Amino acid sequence: MSNTEWPLWEVFIRSKSGLAHKHVGSLHASDARMAIENARDVYTRRMEGVSIWVVPSSAITASSPDDKEILFDPANDKVYRHPTFYDIPGEIGHM
Amino acid sequence: MNTTTRTAVPVGFLLQLADTSLILGQRLSEWCGHGPILEEDIALTNTALDYIGQSTNLYKQAALLDGRGQDEDDMAFHRDAWDFRNCLIAELPNGDYGFTITRQFLYSAWYYLYLQQLRQSPDEFLSGFAEKSIKEVRYHLQHSSDWVKRLGDGTPESHERMAHALAEIWPFTGEWFTPAETELEAIRLGSAPDPVPLRKEWRNLVESVLSEATLTIPEDGFMHLGGKEGRHTEYLGYMLADMQFLQRAYPGAKW
Repeated sequence: MSNTEWPLWEVFIRSKSGLAHKHVGSLHASDARMAIENARDVYTRRMEGVSIWVVPSSAITASSPDDKEILFDPANDKVYRHPTFYDIPGEIGHM
Repeated sequence: MNTTTRTAVPVGFLLQLADTSLILGQRLSEWCGHGPILEEDIALTNTALDYIGQSTNLYKQAALLDGRGQDEDDMAFHRDAWDFRNCLIAELPNGDYGFTITRQFLYSAWYYLYLQQLRQSPDEFLSGFAEKSIKEVRYHLQHSSDWVKRLGDGTPESHERMAHALAEIWPFTGEWFTPAETELEAIRLGSAPDPVPLRKEWRNLVESVLSEATLTIPEDGFMHLGGKEGRHTEYLGYMLADMQFLQRAYPGAKW
Protein backbone atom coordinates (compact mmCIF):
# COMPACT_ATOMS: atom_id res chain seq x y z
CA MET A 1 0.00 0.00 0.00
CA SER A 2 3.01 2.30 0.27
CA ASN A 3 2.45 3.62 -3.27
CA THR A 4 -1.03 4.83 -2.32
CA GLU A 5 -0.02 6.49 0.92
CA TRP A 6 -0.68 10.21 1.16
CA PRO A 7 2.30 12.55 1.44
CA LEU A 8 3.66 13.49 4.83
CA TRP A 9 3.32 17.04 6.18
CA GLU A 10 5.12 18.75 9.04
CA VAL A 11 2.85 20.74 11.36
CA PHE A 12 3.74 23.99 13.10
CA ILE A 13 1.45 25.58 15.69
CA ARG A 14 1.53 29.09 17.11
CA SER A 15 0.31 28.75 20.66
CA LYS A 16 -0.56 32.41 21.09
CA SER A 17 -0.19 35.69 19.29
CA GLY A 18 3.32 37.07 19.45
CA LEU A 19 5.00 33.68 19.81
CA ALA A 20 6.61 31.81 16.94
CA HIS A 21 5.13 28.75 15.23
CA LYS A 22 6.64 25.63 16.73
CA HIS A 23 7.01 22.21 15.21
CA VAL A 24 4.55 19.84 16.89
CA GLY A 25 4.63 16.73 14.70
CA SER A 26 3.63 15.37 11.34
CA LEU A 27 0.65 13.79 9.61
CA HIS A 28 -0.56 12.36 6.29
CA ALA A 29 -2.84 14.30 3.96
CA SER A 30 -3.56 14.34 0.24
CA ASP A 31 -3.32 18.13 -0.13
CA ALA A 32 -2.57 21.28 1.87
CA ARG A 33 -6.20 21.95 2.78
CA MET A 34 -6.65 18.45 4.17
CA ALA A 35 -3.37 18.85 6.02
CA ILE A 36 -4.65 22.00 7.74
CA GLU A 37 -7.94 20.29 8.69
CA ASN A 38 -6.15 17.21 9.95
CA ALA A 39 -3.70 19.34 11.91
CA ARG A 40 -6.61 21.18 13.50
CA ASP A 41 -8.19 17.90 14.56
CA VAL A 42 -5.02 16.12 15.65
CA TYR A 43 -2.97 18.90 17.23
CA THR A 44 -5.30 21.66 18.47
CA ARG A 45 -8.03 19.72 20.28
CA ARG A 46 -7.00 21.08 23.66
CA MET A 47 -6.72 24.75 22.69
CA GLU A 48 -3.04 24.47 21.81
CA GLY A 49 -3.07 27.02 19.04
CA VAL A 50 -4.19 30.16 17.29
CA SER A 51 -2.49 29.50 13.95
CA ILE A 52 -1.34 26.48 11.95
CA TRP A 53 1.35 26.08 9.29
CA VAL A 54 1.77 22.90 7.28
CA VAL A 55 4.80 22.18 5.10
CA PRO A 56 5.35 19.13 2.89
CA SER A 57 7.98 17.07 4.68
CA SER A 58 9.72 16.62 1.33
CA ALA A 59 10.33 20.40 1.20
CA ILE A 60 12.48 20.31 4.32
CA THR A 61 16.25 20.14 3.96
CA ALA A 62 17.83 18.77 7.09
CA SER A 63 21.41 18.91 8.27
CA SER A 64 23.25 15.64 8.16
CA PRO A 65 23.84 13.83 11.45
CA ASP A 66 27.37 13.16 10.20
CA ASP A 67 28.07 16.89 10.21
CA LYS A 68 27.14 17.23 13.86
CA GLU A 69 30.73 17.75 15.01
CA ILE A 70 31.72 20.38 12.48
CA LEU A 71 28.42 22.23 12.80
CA PHE A 72 27.89 22.31 16.52
CA ASP A 73 31.01 21.44 18.47
CA PRO A 74 32.84 24.73 17.76
CA ALA A 75 30.16 26.62 19.69
CA ASN A 76 30.79 24.50 22.73
CA ASP A 77 33.50 26.60 24.36
CA LYS A 78 32.18 30.09 23.55
CA VAL A 79 30.25 30.85 26.73
CA TYR A 80 30.55 34.57 26.05
CA ARG A 81 27.98 34.15 23.29
CA HIS A 82 25.31 33.41 25.89
CA PRO A 83 23.55 36.43 27.33
CA THR A 84 23.90 34.94 30.79
CA PHE A 85 25.86 37.90 32.14
CA TYR A 86 22.85 40.19 32.14
CA ASP A 87 19.86 40.32 34.44
CA ILE A 88 16.68 40.60 32.40
CA PRO A 89 13.97 42.51 34.27
CA GLY A 90 10.95 40.27 34.85
CA GLU A 91 8.44 42.69 33.32
CA ILE A 92 10.06 42.32 29.89
CA GLY A 93 8.54 38.86 29.50
CA HIS A 94 9.18 37.03 26.24
CA MET A 95 12.08 38.38 24.20
CA MET B 1 -36.90 31.40 38.31
CA ASN B 2 -35.72 34.10 35.97
CA THR B 3 -38.58 34.63 33.56
CA THR B 4 -37.72 38.13 32.41
CA THR B 5 -34.95 37.13 29.99
CA ARG B 6 -36.59 33.99 28.67
CA THR B 7 -39.48 33.45 26.34
CA ALA B 8 -41.47 30.29 26.81
CA VAL B 9 -39.67 27.30 25.35
CA PRO B 10 -41.49 23.96 25.33
CA VAL B 11 -39.37 21.23 26.90
CA GLY B 12 -40.27 18.95 23.99
CA PHE B 13 -38.62 21.34 21.58
CA LEU B 14 -35.37 21.36 23.59
CA LEU B 15 -35.48 17.56 23.65
CA GLN B 16 -35.85 17.48 19.88
CA LEU B 17 -32.58 19.41 19.54
CA ALA B 18 -30.85 17.60 22.39
CA ASP B 19 -31.83 14.08 21.31
CA THR B 20 -30.75 14.63 17.72
CA SER B 21 -27.36 15.88 18.93
CA LEU B 22 -26.91 13.04 21.39
CA ILE B 23 -27.94 10.25 19.02
CA LEU B 24 -25.84 11.58 16.15
CA GLY B 25 -22.90 12.04 18.53
CA GLN B 26 -23.32 8.48 19.78
CA ARG B 27 -23.42 7.16 16.21
CA LEU B 28 -20.31 9.08 15.20
CA SER B 29 -18.46 7.89 18.28
CA GLU B 30 -18.81 4.35 16.93
CA TRP B 31 -16.10 5.30 14.43
CA CYS B 32 -13.62 5.78 17.27
CA GLY B 33 -10.80 3.32 16.59
CA HIS B 34 -12.31 2.33 13.22
CA GLY B 35 -11.71 5.41 11.04
CA PRO B 36 -10.19 4.88 7.59
CA ILE B 37 -7.07 6.82 8.63
CA LEU B 38 -5.85 8.01 12.01
CA GLU B 39 -6.51 11.68 11.21
CA GLU B 40 -10.12 11.05 10.17
CA ASP B 41 -10.67 8.86 13.19
CA ILE B 42 -9.77 11.79 15.40
CA ALA B 43 -11.74 14.26 13.29
CA LEU B 44 -14.97 12.27 13.62
CA THR B 45 -14.41 11.69 17.31
CA ASN B 46 -14.04 15.46 17.73
CA THR B 47 -17.30 15.95 15.88
CA ALA B 48 -19.01 13.34 18.06
CA LEU B 49 -17.81 15.16 21.17
CA ASP B 50 -19.09 18.48 19.83
CA TYR B 51 -22.56 16.98 19.49
CA ILE B 52 -22.49 15.31 22.88
CA GLY B 53 -21.40 18.62 24.42
CA GLN B 54 -24.30 20.38 22.71
CA SER B 55 -26.75 17.80 23.98
CA THR B 56 -25.43 18.19 27.53
CA ASN B 57 -26.19 21.93 27.45
CA LEU B 58 -29.64 21.35 26.00
CA TYR B 59 -30.52 18.59 28.48
CA LYS B 60 -29.47 20.80 31.39
CA GLN B 61 -31.83 23.49 30.19
CA ALA B 62 -34.60 20.97 29.50
CA ALA B 63 -34.22 19.52 33.00
CA LEU B 64 -34.34 23.02 34.47
CA LEU B 65 -37.52 23.97 32.62
CA ASP B 66 -39.05 20.58 33.29
CA GLY B 67 -38.61 21.29 37.00
CA ARG B 68 -38.86 17.71 38.22
CA GLY B 69 -35.40 17.64 39.73
CA GLN B 70 -33.81 15.62 36.93
CA ASP B 71 -30.35 16.27 35.56
CA GLU B 72 -28.83 15.90 32.10
CA ASP B 73 -27.81 12.29 32.75
CA ASP B 74 -31.38 11.32 33.66
CA MET B 75 -32.49 12.85 30.39
CA ALA B 76 -29.93 10.91 28.35
CA PHE B 77 -29.94 7.58 30.15
CA HIS B 78 -33.35 7.11 31.74
CA ARG B 79 -35.75 7.72 28.89
CA ASP B 80 -36.95 5.08 26.47
CA ALA B 81 -37.00 5.06 22.68
CA TRP B 82 -40.54 6.43 22.46
CA ASP B 83 -39.52 9.39 24.64
CA PHE B 84 -36.71 10.35 22.27
CA ARG B 85 -37.48 13.21 19.88
CA ASN B 86 -34.46 12.97 17.57
CA CYS B 87 -34.72 13.12 13.79
CA LEU B 88 -34.58 9.65 12.25
CA ILE B 89 -31.49 10.47 10.19
CA ALA B 90 -29.37 10.55 13.36
CA GLU B 91 -30.10 6.94 14.27
CA LEU B 92 -29.33 5.38 10.88
CA PRO B 93 -26.37 2.98 11.12
CA ASN B 94 -23.07 4.46 9.97
CA GLY B 95 -22.64 2.32 6.86
CA ASP B 96 -19.34 2.84 5.07
CA TYR B 97 -17.33 6.01 5.44
CA GLY B 98 -19.01 7.55 2.41
CA PHE B 99 -22.42 6.99 4.01
CA THR B 100 -21.36 8.58 7.30
CA ILE B 101 -19.82 11.54 5.48
CA THR B 102 -22.87 12.03 3.25
CA ARG B 103 -25.19 12.11 6.26
CA GLN B 104 -22.79 14.43 8.05
CA PHE B 105 -22.70 16.79 5.11
CA LEU B 106 -26.48 16.91 4.55
CA TYR B 107 -27.09 17.31 8.27
CA SER B 108 -24.39 19.95 8.85
CA ALA B 109 -25.68 22.03 5.93
CA TRP B 110 -29.18 21.94 7.41
CA TYR B 111 -28.04 22.50 11.00
CA TYR B 112 -25.78 25.39 10.03
CA LEU B 113 -28.62 27.24 8.32
CA TYR B 114 -30.98 26.44 11.18
CA LEU B 115 -28.58 27.67 13.88
CA GLN B 116 -28.16 30.92 11.97
CA GLN B 117 -31.88 31.48 12.47
CA LEU B 118 -31.93 30.16 16.03
CA ARG B 119 -29.18 32.65 16.88
CA GLN B 120 -31.78 35.38 16.50
CA SER B 121 -34.17 33.80 18.98
CA PRO B 122 -35.36 36.22 21.68
CA ASP B 123 -34.78 33.42 24.17
CA GLU B 124 -31.41 34.02 25.78
CA PHE B 125 -30.58 30.38 26.26
CA LEU B 126 -31.43 29.40 22.68
CA SER B 127 -29.60 32.30 21.06
CA GLY B 128 -26.56 31.67 23.27
CA PHE B 129 -26.63 27.98 22.46
CA ALA B 130 -26.83 28.70 18.73
CA GLU B 131 -24.03 31.25 18.90
CA LYS B 132 -21.70 28.74 20.55
CA SER B 133 -22.66 25.74 18.45
CA ILE B 134 -22.57 27.41 15.06
CA LYS B 135 -18.77 27.61 15.15
CA GLU B 136 -18.56 23.87 15.64
CA VAL B 137 -21.11 23.13 12.96
CA ARG B 138 -19.46 25.42 10.44
CA TYR B 139 -16.35 23.31 10.79
CA HIS B 140 -18.34 20.08 10.46
CA LEU B 141 -19.84 21.47 7.27
CA GLN B 142 -16.45 22.40 5.85
CA HIS B 143 -14.91 19.07 6.79
CA SER B 144 -17.75 16.97 5.40
CA SER B 145 -18.10 19.11 2.24
CA ASP B 146 -14.43 18.56 1.45
CA TRP B 147 -14.85 14.81 1.85
CA VAL B 148 -18.01 14.72 -0.26
CA LYS B 149 -16.04 16.38 -3.06
CA ARG B 150 -13.05 14.08 -2.68
CA LEU B 151 -15.11 10.90 -2.61
CA GLY B 152 -17.75 11.96 -5.15
CA ASP B 153 -15.09 13.13 -7.58
CA GLY B 154 -12.68 10.33 -6.64
CA THR B 155 -12.49 6.85 -8.13
CA PRO B 156 -15.41 5.14 -9.95
CA GLU B 157 -15.97 3.05 -6.83
CA SER B 158 -16.01 5.99 -4.41
CA HIS B 159 -18.35 7.88 -6.75
CA GLU B 160 -20.68 4.90 -6.94
CA ARG B 161 -20.76 4.52 -3.16
CA MET B 162 -21.48 8.23 -2.64
CA ALA B 163 -24.33 8.16 -5.16
CA HIS B 164 -25.73 5.13 -3.35
CA ALA B 165 -25.43 6.82 0.07
CA LEU B 166 -27.12 9.95 -1.23
CA ALA B 167 -30.08 7.95 -2.55
CA GLU B 168 -30.39 6.03 0.73
CA ILE B 169 -30.23 9.07 3.00
CA TRP B 170 -32.27 11.54 0.98
CA PRO B 171 -35.70 10.30 2.15
CA PHE B 172 -34.66 11.21 5.71
CA THR B 173 -33.94 14.87 4.92
CA GLY B 174 -37.57 15.99 4.75
CA GLU B 175 -38.10 15.63 8.49
CA TRP B 176 -36.16 18.82 9.26
CA PHE B 177 -38.60 20.86 7.22
CA THR B 178 -41.73 19.32 8.72
CA PRO B 179 -42.22 20.83 12.19
CA ALA B 180 -43.60 18.53 14.86
CA GLU B 181 -46.25 19.52 17.43
CA THR B 182 -43.95 20.96 20.12
CA GLU B 183 -41.86 22.64 17.46
CA LEU B 184 -44.93 24.37 16.08
CA GLU B 185 -45.70 25.52 19.59
CA ALA B 186 -42.17 26.92 19.97
CA ILE B 187 -42.58 28.72 16.65
CA ARG B 188 -45.95 30.14 17.76
CA LEU B 189 -44.39 31.33 21.01
CA GLY B 190 -41.69 33.08 19.01
CA SER B 191 -38.75 31.22 20.54
CA ALA B 192 -37.92 28.95 17.58
CA PRO B 193 -37.50 29.71 13.87
CA ASP B 194 -39.77 28.22 11.23
CA PRO B 195 -37.69 25.61 9.37
CA VAL B 196 -39.91 25.49 6.27
CA PRO B 197 -38.45 28.55 4.49
CA LEU B 198 -34.92 27.13 4.91
CA ARG B 199 -35.57 24.28 2.50
CA LYS B 200 -34.73 26.21 -0.65
CA GLU B 201 -31.53 27.67 0.77
CA TRP B 202 -30.50 24.23 2.03
CA ARG B 203 -31.08 22.68 -1.36
CA ASN B 204 -28.97 25.36 -3.05
CA LEU B 205 -26.14 24.89 -0.58
CA VAL B 206 -26.23 21.12 -0.98
CA GLU B 207 -26.44 21.32 -4.74
CA SER B 208 -23.38 23.57 -5.04
CA VAL B 209 -21.22 21.03 -3.18
CA LEU B 210 -22.72 18.01 -4.93
CA SER B 211 -22.11 19.48 -8.36
CA GLU B 212 -18.43 19.99 -7.48
CA ALA B 213 -18.46 16.39 -6.33
CA THR B 214 -19.92 15.34 -9.73
CA LEU B 215 -22.97 13.98 -7.90
CA THR B 216 -26.59 14.65 -8.86
CA ILE B 217 -28.96 16.06 -6.28
CA PRO B 218 -31.91 13.67 -5.84
CA GLU B 219 -35.51 14.68 -6.42
CA ASP B 220 -37.70 14.92 -3.33
CA GLY B 221 -39.99 11.91 -3.08
CA PHE B 222 -41.39 10.02 -0.11
CA MET B 223 -39.97 11.32 3.18
CA HIS B 224 -39.71 9.40 6.45
CA LEU B 225 -41.21 11.28 9.40
CA GLY B 226 -42.02 10.54 13.01
CA GLY B 227 -38.75 10.73 14.96
CA LYS B 228 -39.65 14.13 16.37
CA GLU B 229 -42.87 12.58 17.71
CA GLY B 230 -41.24 9.49 19.19
CA ARG B 231 -41.82 7.04 16.32
CA HIS B 232 -38.43 5.60 15.50
CA THR B 233 -36.67 3.12 13.29
CA GLU B 234 -35.77 -0.24 14.75
CA TYR B 235 -32.18 0.98 15.13
CA LEU B 236 -32.76 3.36 18.03
CA GLY B 237 -33.65 0.68 20.59
CA TYR B 238 -30.36 -1.14 19.95
CA MET B 239 -28.42 2.11 20.27
CA LEU B 240 -30.07 2.95 23.57
CA ALA B 241 -29.49 -0.56 24.89
CA ASP B 242 -25.79 -0.02 24.25
CA MET B 243 -25.66 3.54 25.49
CA GLN B 244 -27.90 3.25 28.54
CA PHE B 245 -26.90 -0.18 29.83
CA LEU B 246 -24.59 1.00 32.57
CA GLN B 247 -26.92 3.62 34.02
CA ARG B 248 -29.83 1.20 33.84
CA ALA B 249 -27.94 -1.59 35.57
CA TYR B 250 -26.24 0.66 38.13
CA PRO B 251 -28.40 3.80 38.44
CA GLY B 252 -26.40 6.84 39.45
CA ALA B 253 -23.06 5.04 39.00
CA LYS B 254 -20.12 7.44 38.89
CA TRP B 255 -16.46 6.88 38.11
